[in-house]
Order: sequence, then structure tokens, then C-alpha cells
Amino acid sequence: MEHTLTHGTATGEHPKPEKNYLNETTGIWSWMTTVDHKRIGIMYLVAVSVAFALGGTFALLVRLALLNPQHTLFGKHWVDAEMYNRFFTMHGVVMVFLFIIPSIPGSLANFVLPLMLGAKDVAFPRLNLMSFYLWVLGAVLGITGIIGGGVDTGWTFYTPYSTTTSTGVTIMLMAAFVLGFSSIFTGLNFIATVHKLRAPGMGWFDMPLFIWGIYATAIIQILATPVLAITLVLLMIERNFQIGIFDSRIGGDPVLFQHFFWFYSHPAVYIMILPGMAIMSEIVPTFCRKTIFGYRAIAYSSISLALLSFLVWGHHMFVAGESDLANVVFSGLTFLVALPSGVKVFNWLSTMYKGNISFETPMLYALSFLVLFSIGGLTGIFFATLATDIHLTDTYWVVAHFHYTMMGGTAIAFFGGLHYWWPKMTGKMYNEFWGRLAAILVFIGFNVTFISQFVMGGRGMPRRYFNYLDQFAPMHMYSTIGSWILAVAFVTMALNLLGSLKFGPKAPANPWGGTTLEWETDSPPITHNFHDQPVLLHEPYDYRHREVTHV
Amino acid sequence: MSTHHAHVTDEKAEARSYLLTLLALLFLTVITVGASYIDFGQGNVVIALAIATMKATLVALFFMHLAHDKPVNGLIAVAGFIFLGLFLMFDLLDITTRRDAIPQNLHAPVVQTATPAGAPAVPTAAPAAAPPAGTAPAPGAKKE
Amino acid sequence: MSTSTVDLHDDPHGDDSVVDDAHHHHQHHFTTMEQQFDTSKIGMWLFLVTEVLTFGGLFVGFGLMQNRYPQEFIEAHEHLQRLAGASNTGILLFSSYTMGMAVFAAKTNQGAKAARYLWVTVGCAAIFMCVKAYEYTHKFEEGLLPGYFYHHKGDLIVGSHGYSTFFSFYFMMTGLHGLHVVIGAILLGWLAIRAKRGEFSHEYYTPVDLIGLFWHLVDLVWIYLFPLYYLIK
Repeated sequence: MEHTLTHGTATGEHPKPEKNYLNETTGIWSWMTTVDHKRIGIMYLVAVSVAFALGGTFALLVRLALLNPQHTLFGKHWVDAEMYNRFFTMHGVVMVFLFIIPSIPGSLANFVLPLMLGAKDVAFPRLNLMSFYLWVLGAVLGITGIIGGGVDTGWTFYTPYSTTTSTGVTIMLMAAFVLGFSSIFTGLNFIATVHKLRAPGMGWFDMPLFIWGIYATAIIQILATPVLAITLVLLMIERNFQIGIFDSRIGGDPVLFQHFFWFYSHPAVYIMILPGMAIMSEIVPTFCRKTIFGYRAIAYSSISLALLSFLVWGHHMFVAGESDLANVVFSGLTFLVALPSGVKVFNWLSTMYKGNISFETPMLYALSFLVLFSIGGLTGIFFATLATDIHLTDTYWVVAHFHYTMMGGTAIAFFGGLHYWWPKMTGKMYNEFWGRLAAILVFIGFNVTFISQFVMGGRGMPRRYFNYLDQFAPMHMYSTIGSWILAVAFVTMALNLLGSLKFGPKAPANPWGGTTLEWETDSPPITHNFHDQPVLLHEPYDYRHREVTHV
Repeated sequence: MSTHHAHVTDEKAEARSYLLTLLALLFLTVITVGASYIDFGQGNVVIALAIATMKATLVALFFMHLAHDKPVNGLIAVAGFIFLGLFLMFDLLDITTRRDAIPQNLHAPVVQTATPAGAPAVPTAAPAAAPPAGTAPAPGAKKE
Repeated sequence: MSTSTVDLHDDPHGDDSVVDDAHHHHQHHFTTMEQQFDTSKIGMWLFLVTEVLTFGGLFVGFGLMQNRYPQEFIEAHEHLQRLAGASNTGILLFSSYTMGMAVFAAKTNQGAKAARYLWVTVGCAAIFMCVKAYEYTHKFEEGLLPGYFYHHKGDLIVGSHGYSTFFSFYFMMTGLHGLHVVIGAILLGWLAIRAKRGEFSHEYYTPVDLIGLFWHLVDLVWIYLFPLYYLIK
């Protein structure tokens, strides 16, 4: 195979473009009615960033409330248990439904996936816009609910509390319902795009691994989210009409709600992590200047992770009243689902071995991911074994575990990807010093916040509890201080990125020496993505013959 | 000319296949309604679902063209049903194997002996409810 | 490997559609009508799978509740009118046939015929909803209502919640299904108008095909709903 990419132009040179997707049409109406996947990706990016800031604010409030056992700030009581319950619920609901699930697919994948495939857009551009507006509608419903006082059930809405509490559950359920459809349509779009809009010459195993990860995510979005939709509807009906499906006082089964809820919500955590892993598979080869190790293994592990994720949901319910036989079956299957993640981690490490590694900001986030996600994944095994689960479930061990995987994993990968593709999306380079500093601060702040939570959880501190024993006070304090470090880190990151829009130097088409198709077009790309239809002529991540230089 | 003729014959065949499918479906409907008047015990559900699945397959293959379409569409359809089946199967696995009342935890009703202010002694009628399945009961443990 | 001959800047109608060799319009990000049609079909099947899982969730809930209240569910289902259900089954099956014939007509350049078949399908949908309304009226009269609205007298197992649960699921499932019938009928009517105007042909009949698939799914759901609710002892 040849190792250069040709644009196959029949007409010869094309003039340097001044128009790109950002400035070709102007005015807010052109953005609000756009069907360009790149513009939709940018709108999603702004949207989920705002959601992250909102969810993060609730997190700061949660940690602030727990700063000391007296719940005082400068000697003043400012929060009670009722308010605290709402803080952690709103933190969870906003982060899960408004940030993490839509973040990578809606923003980065929307922007990059068609470019990587050599396509001009996703399969259904208008449906893409509708996905975005459904997100907006869900956000409006959610914010309305928050303004109305929020909800105090925990993001998991367990019955019977969720059917009887006086807080505004119904509007939150409606918000999640709408957001679910946003997610479904995004997944639908990506599956169709990957099947039918690949460039000539790009077979399934010539695609970048980012695409495999997003494709696997989309499979879960299609198969799991509808069950969430019906669960939320059933909960709304139960709450308002007492049909007796989940409430044991009128003949229902509360554990049935948990089955329905976790059938979606466990696969949902793979909707969260698979895109993060997809980004890892892009960043690591690029910054090691080395072909990825085990392409097919990573591709197959993405799909198997998507499928296996549907078989393990009962591990959230080991102490809820599930039968012993079901417990054992789910426990065994949960061990199985850990394997594909392990495969990926080893493949990324093997890619780095004897690679020409450099430590730009995206790579720092990728390295953070490797450490933090591994910790997160390993601590999850403690929940697969029934014996340890009984002690650790509903303690801070769970909280730390899922923050290591969701935040140390997905969110950190998201930030890595954001820095990786920022030059492509905006045409500007951010400041590398401040970028690295923010990345290091995130890593430090994150560990300070959450290692203390592992310690607490192991010692028995229950989650979602407002009051705690004095023996946990130091750990809670460290955790709260960690949250402040994180806040500083994120503000630094945001200022760096936003500042680059005004002050950053112009970005070249391929600042990192990447080998995938998105780097073959301008930064930022023209509206139609490519000047001429690209044709793929080499394997993905083929670094054998390329001249690459550092930025 | 011959291709046109073949084309028309293909069209007639397609139209006929729809009619045949409809007749088969109506026939199966009659069977399933008739079968519902006979009690097969446990087999009732199995027979009804089997016939329904046969009808569904006919609709999917012929009315929805899966028999002649690109395989990816059939794969998508089958995947949906498989995962639905997994959901049902695992839920049934849990619900049918629960032991809601663990025998060791049942004990004799409590009878009130001394009654204040002349109220009659009221023994509890039903055995004490057991703690949920999944927690190991200690032998001879008292209910809290 | 050859490059595509489509000039990326050609947009004569200014609506992001591209005219291919046979002078049909496909959207600019596709290269041929066939690619667009195949992609649309995949998209519709993916959507149908989400419907399968949505209704499926309700079926699972129904199945699990039936496991919990076997006696009450058997007794409750005696109140359902088997003849009405069977008629509705026949009507929907027939409507699937007319839908298939409508797609066939659109595909073979017979727009007026397609429109007629589509209107017959709409008619079947209307009859289905009338039978449904008749059944619902009977339930309201008997007090066989969902959840805490249930007030039927004469149940064998007094005080059990199984009866109201049965009817909660009955109304939820037939209600959701009925909603899909109505939505489908509206879409079919819109298609019939377009077919009469000659908008469909052998080269482009995608909307008829796709909405046909949706209609067949509506039929599919009923194929399972009917025996599970009306027939099983």
C-alpha cells in the first residue's frame, strides 16, 4: 500500500480558503438552523460545558456541606440535610444526563467522526440538529425543576421514596426522558453514518479506533435508552396514578424498579466510558508516534464491552433483595465484563512501549486516564464479589469508584480530546504551559478529592449521608480541599482555551502529526469538510514512513 | 422484451407473496384463538407465544422485506429482540428464585398477656415477615 | 482506486441536494440515490428497534406482574372481549397487507393506486380505533380501570391488587399502541396525498417504504399483545 494520502484532485491546486465552517455564514439564525455537524458539535460543546459548570457547582456545594461534622462555614450553619439531599441529587442528575452521556458523542464525535470517515456530514443532518434541540429541551425542563427546588431522591430515583417524596420528581423524569431521546437519535445517526458513509477504500478495519468506540457506544444508546424511557414513564404513572407496579404497599415490587432502572443505567456507564476509551486510542498513538498495538483487539473489545454491558446490571442490587441465584449469576458475569477494559489498557501501554513519547497537554490527560481509570476499574472488582460488596456497597467506596471511572476516565478523556482537536475545531493553538499546568492540577486535585473517599468507604462511611462520625472528619476535609484544587484547575483550563480564541496563534492543519483523515483538511475545516473526496490509501496509525515533527 | 416480461412476472410474484402472507397470518390467528379454548396447562403460554412468533416472523420477512433486504437490517432487528429477551430472562431468573419467607426466620405469633386498661389480648395473626432474601439468616435469629 | 466524480460545490437548487445522472435529487452528503435509500432504511430499522425495546419493557413488566398475580390475571382477562380483540387482529393484519401493496404500487410507478391502498390502510386504522373505543367504554362501565381508579365489584380474591395492576398494564399498553396507530394513520394520510400528487416512483419511494415499516411494527406489537392479554389462561 502507498503511504501517502492523495486528494485525487482532477483540477490541480485549489486556492488557500479564507472561508471555513465558522465564518461561511454568519448570524445566530444560521447557527440555530444549521445542519452542519461541525457547528452542531460546537453548540453541543458549549452546552455540555455549561452543564459541567453547573454540575460542578453542585459538587462544590456537596463537598462544602461536608467540610466539617458541624456543617458550618466560618462558624455559621448554612445547610441542612434536606438541602444537602437536593445538592447531591442535582449534582448527579446534571452530571449524568446533561454532561457525561451527551458530552463526547454530541460534541467531539459529532465534529470529528465524519471527518475521520472522509464524509461530508453524518447520515441524517437534520436529525442531528433535532438531537441537539432535544438536549436543550431536556436542559430547560431540568433547570426548571432545579429552580423549583430540585429533587432529593438521589439520581437513581429509587422507589418507594421517589413515588412519595414531595419534591418535583415528575419534571426531572420528563427532563431525563427527553434527554434519552436526544441520546438515542445521536446513536442512530452514528450507526448509519459508519455503515454507509465511509470514504472509498475504507473498510471496517481501516477505520480509526475512535470510530469503533463511538459505534459501540451507539449500539448501547439504541438498545438500552428506550428501556430508560419506559422506566421513567412507569415511574411517573406510578407516582401520579398509583398503578401498583413498584410500591409494595399496593402490591408492587420496588426491586422491579431497580431492574428496569439498571438495565439502562449499567449499559449507560459504558455509553460514558467507551467514547473516552475511543479518544485514548487516538491520542496515544499520535503522541507516541507509533502504530497502535493490537488494533483488532481494541476494536473487538469495544464491541464486546458494549454487548457484555447488558448482562451485569444486577450487581447494583446485590443487597436490594435480589435472589441468591441471580446474585451469583450477575457476579460471575461482572467479572467477565472487566476483561475487555483490561485488554485496552494493556494495548495502550504496549503502544507506548518504545514509542517516541512527548508530553503535550492531550498526552498528559491520556496518561492521567491510564492511571485513574485503572484504579477505578480495579476498585470496581470489589463490587463484583458478593462478599466484599455487602460491606462496600452504598459507602464512599462506590462514590470513589465511579468518580475514578467516570471523571478520571471519561471526563479526563473528554478534556484530552478537547485539547487534541481544539486546533482543528477553532483554528487556534492554546498556550501549552497553562494547558499542562491545568492538566497536572486536575490530576492532583482529583486524587486529593477521591483517594480520601476510598479510605472513608473502606472504613464504613455511607454515601449520601449528611451527618458523619467524627472519625471521618479529616478525610472529609481533605476531600473538600481537593474539590477546591479541581475548581482552580478547571478555571485555568477554561481560561486557557477561551483565551486562545482571541490570543492564540493560528493552528496548522496537522499540529500533532496525526495520521487520521481529519488532519488532512484545514484547521478549521471548510463547510463541506474536504475540498475533494478523500480516498484512503494507508492503514490507520501508520507511522512507519511519516515525517513528524513536534509542535 | 424478455426482461420486461420477467420484470412483470417478478412484480406479480411479489404481489402474490403479500397475499399469501396475509392468508397465512389470518390462518394462524384462527389457530391461536381456537387454541385458547383448550387448556394445555403450562403449555398455554408457550403455544400462544410460539404462534405469535411465527406470525411476527412472517410479517418481518415478507411484509417488512427482511428476506430480500441487505442483511444488516435483519441483524439490527434480531439484535433488538435478543436483548429484550435477555432483559426478560434475567428478571425472571431473579423473580422466580426469590425466597421471600425464609423458614428459619418464621416464628410463632406473639400473644399479649398483660393488657392495660381492659383492652382485649390480640395475638398477631400472621407469622413475622422475613428479612429480604440475600442476607444470610443466622440460625435461631430473632426478628428485630 | 478512483475518486468520486461528484463535484462537491455543485448545488444547483440551493437546497443542498445534488442531481445525479438520472436527474433525481439526493442530499449532498450522499453520492447516489441508492446509498441514501439504504442509509434511510438502516436508520428506520434502528428506530424500530428502539420501539421494540420500549414496548418490550412494558411486556416484561406485564410478564413479571403476571408471575406475581397468576390467579388475578387469569380472572381479570376474562373481562376482555375476545371477539373484539380477534377482529382488531384481523383488521391490523389486513392493513399490513394493504400497506405492503401500497409500497409495491409506489415502487412500480402507480401513484394513484398507492394512494388508494394507503387510504384503505387509514380506514383500517380508524376501524381499529373504533373497536378499541367500544372496548374501553365497556371497561369504564364495569369499573375496570387502572391503578387507584379500579372499582370493579365481584372479584374472587378480595383486596388483592392484582386486578388493578392487570388493567393498569392493559390500558398502558393498548393506550401506547393506540397512540402509535393514530400517529401512523396521520403519517399514512400525508403519504397518500403525496402519492396522489405523483411524488413517488421507482427511483424514489423511500417515505412510503419507511412509514410502511413503522406500520408493520404497529402490527407486530399487536400480534404479541393480543394473545398475551386476551387469550392466555
